[in-house]
Amino acid sequence: MREREDEWTGLMRSAISGDEAAYHRLLKAVTPVLRAAARRGLARAGQPVDQSEDIVQDILLAVHLKRQTWDTSAPFAPWLFAIARNKLIDALRRRGRRIFVNIDDFAETLPGETPEPTASATEVNAQLQALPARQRDVLQSIAVDSASIKDTAAKFAMSEGAVRVALHRGLSSLTAKLRDR
Amino acid sequence: MDTDQLIRTLAADNAYRARPVGFALMLALLAAAPVSLLIFFAELGVRPDVTTAMRNPFFDLKFAVTLALAASAIAVSLHLSRPEASLRGFGWWLLIPAGILVAAISGEMMMPQRTPMMTRLIGKNSMACMTAIPAMSLPLLVGALYGLRQGAPARPAVVGAVAGLLSAGLAATVYASHCTDDSPLFVATWYTLATAIVASVGALMGKRALRY
Repeated sequence: MREREDEWTGLMRSAISGDEAAYHRLLKAVTPVLRAAARRGLARAGQPVDQSEDIVQDILLAVHLKRQTWDTSAPFAPWLFAIARNKLIDALRRRGRRIFVNIDDFAETLPGETPEPTASATEVNAQLQALPARQRDVLQSIAVDSASIKDTAAKFAMSEGAVRVALHRGLSSLTAKLRDR
Repeated sequence: MDTDQLIRTLAADNAYRARPVGFALMLALLAAAPVSLLIFFAELGVRPDVTTAMRNPFFDLKFAVTLALAASAIAVSLHLSRPEASLRGFGWWLLIPAGILVAAISGEMMMPQRTPMMTRLIGKNSMACMTAIPAMSLPLLVGALYGLRQGAPARPAVVGAVAGLLSAGLAATVYASHCTDDSPLFVATWYTLATAIVASVGALMGKRALRY
C-alpha cells in the first residue's frame, strides 16, 4: 500500500511538470480505489451502489480542477482521499441520507481489488448536453471519438490553443453544473 | 461519457495550469482595494491631527492589531484552502491580534488617565466604526472569496468566516487612520463587533461560494 501511494505521488509530480502520460496512468490507477470506496459509502448509507460511477467522475473532475492545491512536497494519497471524502459526503447529502463516511473507506482498499470494466455514468452525460455547443463538440471529440487536440482543431477549423481553452472551460463548467444541480 | 473517456479528456487538459490560491487571492484583493479606498476617501478621510496622533503609541497599536488580524487570517485562509487541512495547529495564529489587544489594554490600565474607563470604551465614533468597517470590508470580502475559489476547502463556511476576518482586518487598518478613538478598550469593543459582523457575513457567503 505504501509503495502504491509513493508511486501515485511520483506520477502526480511528473504530471504537474507536464507529463500527460503519467497523468493518464495516475488517474487510471486511482479510479478502482475510488470506485470501491464510493460503493462502500453508498452501501453503508443504504443507497444503490450502481450510482457509484457518478461519484467517481465527480471526484476525478475535482482532482483535475483543484490540482493547484496539492503541495508537491507532500504525499498525494491524503490529498486525494480528502477530496474523495468531500465529494462522497456531497453526493450522499444530495440524496438526503445521513452520512457515515469512514476515512478507512479510502485508505483500506486492497490493491488486489478486481478492476472493473469502465462504467458509464448518467450525470456527466446529462450536464454535457447543457454546455455551449463549441465546448460540447470539443469535449465529445476528445472523449468519445478519442481524437487528439490536433485532430480536433483540424476537424472544427480551430487553432490548437482555442481547442485547449474550450476543453478546459468545458470541464470547468461541467463541474460547476454538477455542483449546482 | 464513461470513466475511461473522462480520464482521457482530463489527461488531454494536463497542460492547463491554474493559478495558485495565494496568487489568485492577492490579485483579487488588489482589484477590490480601490473600491474600499474610494469609500474611505469619499466618506471619511484621514483624521486632521494625524501627525500628532502618530506620536501616541495607542494610535499606532491600532494598526498593529488590525494588520496582525489581516496577516494571520490570510495565512489561515490559504492553509484551509487545501482539502486535507484542518484548523488544528493553525488556529492559534488568529489569537495573535487578540494577544496584542490584551497587552495594549493592560498597558493602558497601568497609565494614569484623564478620562474614565467607560468614556474611553464608548468613545465618540462607535457608530461610524460599526458602519465604516463593514462597508469597506464588503468589496474586499467579495474579492477574497473570489480568489479563494481556486482552493478546495473541506469546510467552506469556516474559510468564508476567515475571509471575513481578513477583509475586516484590512478595512479596519484604513479606518483606524480616520478614527480619533485610540483607546484599546474602544478597539476591543467596537472593532471586534464590526469584525464579527463581517466574519458572519463571510461564513454565510463562503458556505455557498467556496464549495467545490
